[in-house]
Amino acid sequence: MAIDRRDFLKIAASTALVSLPMLSKAATQAKGRIVVVGGGYAGATAAKYLRDWSNGGLDVIVVEPRSQFVSCPLSNLVLGGNKNINDLTFGYDLLKSNHGIQWVADEVVSIDAASRVVKMKQGELAYDRLVIAPGIDFMYEQLPMLQSPQSQEVVPHAWKAGKQTVNLRKQLESMKDGGVFVMSIPKAPYRCPPGPYERVCQVAFYLKNHKPNSKVIVLDANAEIISKKGLFTKVWAEMYAGMIDYRPNSSVVDVDVATKTVKTEFESVQANVLNVIPPQRAGKIAQIVGAANVDKRWCEVDFLTYESKIISNVHIIGDSVSAALPKSAHMATSQARVCANAIVAIMGQQMPDASPVFANTCYSFVSDKMAMHVANVYRYDATKKIMVSAEGGGVSDKPSELEGNYAQAWAKNIWSDVLT
Amino acid sequence: MKIQLKISQKAHNSLLVFAGFFLLSVNAHADESEVPSPHIQTLAASCAACHGSQGNSVGGTSVLAGLDASHFVLQMTAFRNGSRSSTVMHRHAKGLTVEEINDLAVYFAQQKRVTAITPPNKRLAE
Repeated sequence: MAIDRRDFLKIAASTALVSLPMLSKAATQAKGRIVVVGGGYAGATAAKYLRDWSNGGLDVIVVEPRSQFVSCPLSNLVLGGNKNINDLTFGYDLLKSNHGIQWVADEVVSIDAASRVVKMKQGELAYDRLVIAPGIDFMYEQLPMLQSPQSQEVVPHAWKAGKQTVNLRKQLESMKDGGVFVMSIPKAPYRCPPGPYERVCQVAFYLKNHKPNSKVIVLDANAEIISKKGLFTKVWAEMYAGMIDYRPNSSVVDVDVATKTVKTEFESVQANVLNVIPPQRAGKIAQIVGAANVDKRWCEVDFLTYESKIISNVHIIGDSVSAALPKSAHMATSQARVCANAIVAIMGQQMPDASPVFANTCYSFVSDKMAMHVANVYRYDATKKIMVSAEGGGVSDKPSELEGNYAQAWAKNIWSDVLT
Repeated sequence: MKIQLKISQKAHNSLLVFAGFFLLSVNAHADESEVPSPHIQTLAASCAACHGSQGNSVGGTSVLAGLDASHFVLQMTAFRNGSRSSTVMHRHAKGLTVEEINDLAVYFAQQKRVTAITPPNKRLAE
């Protein structure tokens, strides 16, 4: 007789066989095939924990066309001259070999949800459960002039770490002293809420030390700084006094790529170095499979399992999820673990945890060494059926070198957890 | 290794019938045949961003793997009530229940200490 967790607990209770919080491993072994689309923070984490927590019972196949993992967290430090992109670039070898994860270097073109098949450019894969971790996609229909690779050479977003990060750094290095760096921020939600403001600090740090007559103009589509506002405001006023010109309610409506000129509803601003961060939505695969049902941008999920609300057996994790949760790397890994744990339970005929809790810690570097945090524990609210902030969350009192050290340790540990 | 912890709210989730009758004392052995509850397994893994897989930090933060459970509870309690100052840990300690802190203590105490590594860097592909 198969004993599920609830039965086990009943038996344990009735016989006073109390060994909580440890549960017997006698429960059914999870078996089946899980395909994970995407090898970023969310996808790689899900793949690892699906294997580990099923004790190898689940076959896990990751579909990811890229052979390298480039970390977005800390990539703003490349712009400040405080990291090299190679410091943030890793392979997947240890993740694959340590956990027995299969890997397909291909791109998903569609899924057949009814017959549970993923179709790729070359071949197809059947699945029992599909996990989609596609990150973000840019809404170029709002800024079509930035869609081509050629125009992105001139006006990079650098909002997915990699070649564009290096390009933007080179542009800053080539800029004359007295030049103007213009950055635009899209309306929230977008990937990494404090990221643009951290970028402003990093660029200002570099310019202050190397090109002190230069200026930074920030065109923010939001009405105000949307993360760590008091802290960033103070840092800009104190550490980078006179350098940063912050303009709220400034949505970019047009870009003249050739002259690096951006237009908002109110003004035209010409830049020496122009960085437009476009509006964002769930990654392409989520769009293709039709899982992005909220404003045609984000994916609605069940927060106990991260299963799509509209496509059965398809789970979505990370930045693509529609939630009042920050789109951060730590959050992506936290969601990935809840999803993995739930899938292991489901595939072993057990109930997933009914009250998941996880943490998010996000650091922003304001200089080469100093950082500050925003941190929260999030807890499932069974009435609202969403994750809500628990007591105690908040931001640093002030940036510090101590937190800078912790931020570097955060990166090393999350890379270790996700990629080894 | 034997860990004794007083856990007053343990009955809450699954053993409602006993709620209020017992102060359960948990004997948690470092025993291969026992695994943590999914709730604690997932929550503990959320600590990995700063403290490494199963609490095996690569450096720069405390190693939680194999940490004495009472010590863990005392530190988390001190972060919670402010008697130990911290940059960020008070935010996490306050967000957890007493029961979760106790369970995490047991979980981390049971983890084997291993030398964790950061993956080697690669040169960004052109």
